[in-house]
Amino acid sequence: MKELRLMKGNEALAEAAIRAGADGYFGYPITPQSEILEYLMAEKPYETTGMVVLQAESEVAAINMVYGGASCGKKCWTSSSSPGISLKQEGISYMAGSELPGIIVNVVRGGPGLGTIQPSQADYFQATKGGGHGDYRLLVLAPASVQEMADFIPLGFDLAFKYRNPVMILTDGVIGQMMEKVELPEFTPRWTEEEIIKMSGDWATTGKTPDRERNIISSLILDSAKQEKHVKKLGLKYTAMEADEVRYEKFQCDDAEYLFVAFGSTARICQKSVDIARARGIKVGLLRPITLYPFPTIPIHELSNQVKGMLVVEMNLGQMVEDVRLAVNGKVQVEHFGRCGGMIPNPDEIVKNLVSKIIGG
Amino acid sequence: MAVITREDIIKPENLVYKRTSLLVDCALSYCPGCGHGTAHRMLMEVIEEMGIQSKTIGVAPVGCSVLAYEFLDIDVQQAAHGRAPALATAIKRLMPEKYVFTYQGDGDLAAIGTCETIHACNRGENFVIIFINNGIYGMTGGQMAPTTLPGMKASTCPYGRDTEIMGNPLKITELVATLPGTCYVTRQSVHTPGNVRKTKRALRKAFEYSYAKKGLSFVEIVSNCNSGWKMTPVQSNKWMEENMFPFFPLGDIKVPAAE
Repeated sequence: MKELRLMKGNEALAEAAIRAGADGYFGYPITPQSEILEYLMAEKPYETTGMVVLQAESEVAAINMVYGGASCGKKCWTSSSSPGISLKQEGISYMAGSELPGIIVNVVRGGPGLGTIQPSQADYFQATKGGGHGDYRLLVLAPASVQEMADFIPLGFDLAFKYRNPVMILTDGVIGQMMEKVELPEFTPRWTEEEIIKMSGDWATTGKTPDRERNIISSLILDSAKQEKHVKKLGLKYTAMEADEVRYEKFQCDDAEYLFVAFGSTARICQKSVDIARARGIKVGLLRPITLYPFPTIPIHELSNQVKGMLVVEMNLGQMVEDVRLAVNGKVQVEHFGRCGGMIPNPDEIVKNLVSKIIGG
Repeated sequence: MAVITREDIIKPENLVYKRTSLLVDCALSYCPGCGHGTAHRMLMEVIEEMGIQSKTIGVAPVGCSVLAYEFLDIDVQQAAHGRAPALATAIKRLMPEKYVFTYQGDGDLAAIGTCETIHACNRGENFVIIFINNGIYGMTGGQMAPTTLPGMKASTCPYGRDTEIMGNPLKITELVATLPGTCYVTRQSVHTPGNVRKTKRALRKAFEYSYAKKGLSFVEIVSNCNSGWKMTPVQSNKWMEENMFPFFPLGDIKVPAAE
């Protein structure tokens, strides 16, 4: 029987990780996501599933612990909020370069700088365009509910190991802190050493046995021709993700003449805006990207053949709107409405902006 | 009296020493005269003699030994600059039955990685840190290191390290010896046959203590950088004895209580 619980989004992430058979969590406290480490330390999974939980000395150390664990073929993850995620970028780039699986959760807060502890979506660029150095992409999942916080942990590990690439769960203080009913995933046992060797023995540092060559985890390739070959190999993975991993949700789009495009908590608010607008006779739908990378370019492009205009609603100065405009490629008007600094848009002002910026009048 | 010829001497039954099979048979990237090659050999001899090749995971740093994984026939992870102790922490905690070590230079361990070094030591992580201290950044071309001696010249202190301007060299080994998480802290060298043997013994103890969950073992090897110091190998070893050892004295700084 499925287990239902009322939980905070941050707690759902932590519980889902225990149930998903995660091997290690390494974190550092920062608001608004400290409940993740607190929940794990209270639950003591190291006494039940054997999952390692460690409060690291910094976000830098935490992501490098994930690197060390992932290099052994283990399911490892970390979480932080915006300023801490900036500190993790070096490790994230190294993980991408060394082709390591793992999950990084960013419970985004307003910024730049120390900013505010209130929710924001201002880290969209950092998450989707490569916050660290070099040619790489993260597979970015954007949950819009506590349920998706729980669901995206097992999904994130599946995708991370499928592509041997880090996955980011990009959420915000709203989803992290709010409580909702959540159906928890079934317990999956942690992989045994034998399973890890069977699955990842051709690359993971599990100890060199006489039956194989030594395994080396490194992103250092000094020879330019070889480095180019390596980067192009990474590029093929991103092409495959773009072909196979795009996820999105449509809400009342069948007869839509206008479209909201929003992700995460903002998409939840936009659902209400759709209802308000439709009650006034405005036929508007909502497209919610679930993967921010790979971006749902094709579905948005297809809708540009149907609707008269799109309003991209974000809690930032305008970031995802650039990807929507690339998808639409000038076919219809695309405008942005954003609140930032920790301010959350309300459903009425979203409709007002649809009318003033897109419909006219 | 029988005459012993060269042919007699090189007979297999007369061989008393050979290269360990765990050192990959290739040219090292280190400068001729540098201590890294000897330190690598001692490390791999210890791993071979303990029979722990399949149970050992190494972590390579950024610095001259960034390519250490090319030479060591074991599974190795290459870390970002200074982060090796964070990687090793996770490896050892996730695979407690393994022998885990980091191999780091002075810039990696005592400048950019100071935070990771001190906290791994303080938590008492059960792995070995091998710290090669040659008082200079070798790979990047001879810049000042956290362990560059007062008055010592480097490309970023071309008139010698002025402690008024550039601060003092950091005795991080003495520092980590004060932390409750370290079980064995020692400073060795590999510039004479006697010292090489002492270093090898120290490395073996380090692996044994940390595997026995006594805490973190920290083995500093004071070494030369004849290229960076702009000396011949022989001159650099003499200079090391006369200048490095008075500031970084050799010997055990901390041993487990039972000893």
